[in-house]
Amino acid sequence: MNFRSIRAIYIFEMSRFFRTLLQSFVSPVISTCLYFVVFGAAIGGRIDAVDGVSYGAFIVPGLIMFSVMTQAVSNASFGIYFPKFIGTIYEVLSAPVNFLEIVIGYVGAAASKALFIGLVILATSLFFVDIEIIHPFIMIFLLLVTCISFSLLGFILGIWANNFEQLQLVPLLIITPLVFLGGSFYSISMLPKFWQVVSLFNPVVYLISGFRWAFYNNSDVSITASLFAIIIFTVFCIFIIFLIFKTGWRLRP
Amino acid sequence: MTDMLSITGLSKRYNDGQVALENVSFDVKEGEILALLGPNGAGKTTLISAVCGLVVPTAGQVTVGGFDTRSNYRLARSLIGLVPQEIALEPFEKVINTVRFSRGLFGKSPNDDQIEIVLRQLSLWDKKDSKILQLSGGMKRRVLIAKALAHEPRVLFLDEPSAGVDVELRRDMWKLVSDLKSQGVTIILTTHYIEEAEAIADRVGVISKGKLILLEEKKALMKRMGRKKVEISLQSPIAVIPAKLQNFDLYLSDDGLTINYLYDAKASSNEITKLLNEISISNLQISDLKTSQSSLEEIFISLIEEPSK
Repeated sequence: MNFRSIRAIYIFEMSRFFRTLLQSFVSPVISTCLYFVVFGAAIGGRIDAVDGVSYGAFIVPGLIMFSVMTQAVSNASFGIYFPKFIGTIYEVLSAPVNFLEIVIGYVGAAASKALFIGLVILATSLFFVDIEIIHPFIMIFLLLVTCISFSLLGFILGIWANNFEQLQLVPLLIITPLVFLGGSFYSISMLPKFWQVVSLFNPVVYLISGFRWAFYNNSDVSITASLFAIIIFTVFCIFIIFLIFKTGWRLRP
Repeated sequence: MTDMLSITGLSKRYNDGQVALENVSFDVKEGEILALLGPNGAGKTTLISAVCGLVVPTAGQVTVGGFDTRSNYRLARSLIGLVPQEIALEPFEKVINTVRFSRGLFGKSPNDDQIEIVLRQLSLWDKKDSKILQLSGGMKRRVLIAKALAHEPRVLFLDEPSAGVDVELRRDMWKLVSDLKSQGVTIILTTHYIEEAEAIADRVGVISKGKLILLEEKKALMKRMGRKKVEISLQSPIAVIPAKLQNFDLYLSDDGLTINYLYDAKASSNEITKLLNEISISNLQISDLKTSQSSLEEIFISLIEEPSK
């Protein structure tokens, strides 16, 4: 394993994040405050506690997952698409590195950024609601794996995209709806029976449910199913990236 | 000297059916400078890309420093530095960071002393904390070279290094290439500027339509294919070349003041003496005499045009 190369890619990618640190920090803080004002205070006041948890506290895990997933995809896809767009990808492709080292560098940086945002949202939430984390290790594990797996997905999108429109298209049309409908702001059990069954085909449901379980010990699906889903999803993304580098698809003509 | 780069039967056919390289084979010795000439779309960049791992070859084998670029790509690529044709740099990054990145990417330990040497060599030290977007086009090209040299490569590929650069940078680059050669670095450059190949290359290769149609020592090539020209300036204009001189391969300038004589540089005959005698007998008064040898450019054009004739 060429750790120096991984380190170089990671530091170079993170430097983009640090250049816009204020924006990276302020943006999730403001959006979290807005969510708490709208969902927590305005609407949440009219909603009963969900499974014994106040609505304001209930939405915290979903809110974190929502931001982590979208930010991970967005950071990772931009992280690899931008070098493709401006042509600097030539350097990475001609360097003595294998696919795993490239992925660890780029995805590691994107996942770190998403993790930072997730933690900022969690910290901001503490100002609005009382939060208890019953299973902290599972919570940390799920948060980390979600950051990594969605960064892997973003990495694939960044390689696939041929223009900025395509780069925005999949997150906008597929990922954001899946995350919104994945129980970020509600429990699946609140839905009519038919839509509960439909929701089970949404992989994001398993991630948010598992994450909420780590906080409050209650979930829409079993924690085992959640852990299984996230691991399968991560392995699947790694396999796709392996195939991309093996065939050179969209990278090496 | 040992072969630093060895290319055998290299071919590349793109998915759209376009054949960019066809059975190209050649070796480059350690410390040698090879200039690859060829028109746009000839396959020069594809050749470099195939060696550097940017393009997957359809067939053939490439070794760098004895290491196969596919089965032993880590060792092979760690020896290579690549300066691409297009300026491709992260616009918001500082110069020094982008060069540090290149060194780390190629697996080298951080060494700011080495980076300072490279940046000073390219007159970039004063700009080390400038963002790339603040630099001029020429400076950006220097950064590309600095990045390629950051990991101390043994083989340097320069893809059209002089495209769009001013005379000063071109001269600096030639000096740098010369310095690198003295350190034993092997250099392969593609260029449109024949004078560049003429000035710095040891050998010249000509690529046309994906095929290497010639690879020869520059001096030998110029001697073999170069033609010499004698320009004889006359004191008074003439309308036609006198009959006595018709046996020579002469042509008259439009103003009738210069007679041009083309002859083979390698021919060892006394044709010029005869010509001058005949001119004297014809009562033509010579005001000046100038000889010149055909440039690599003229040789290159004649090579490219020949197959299509």
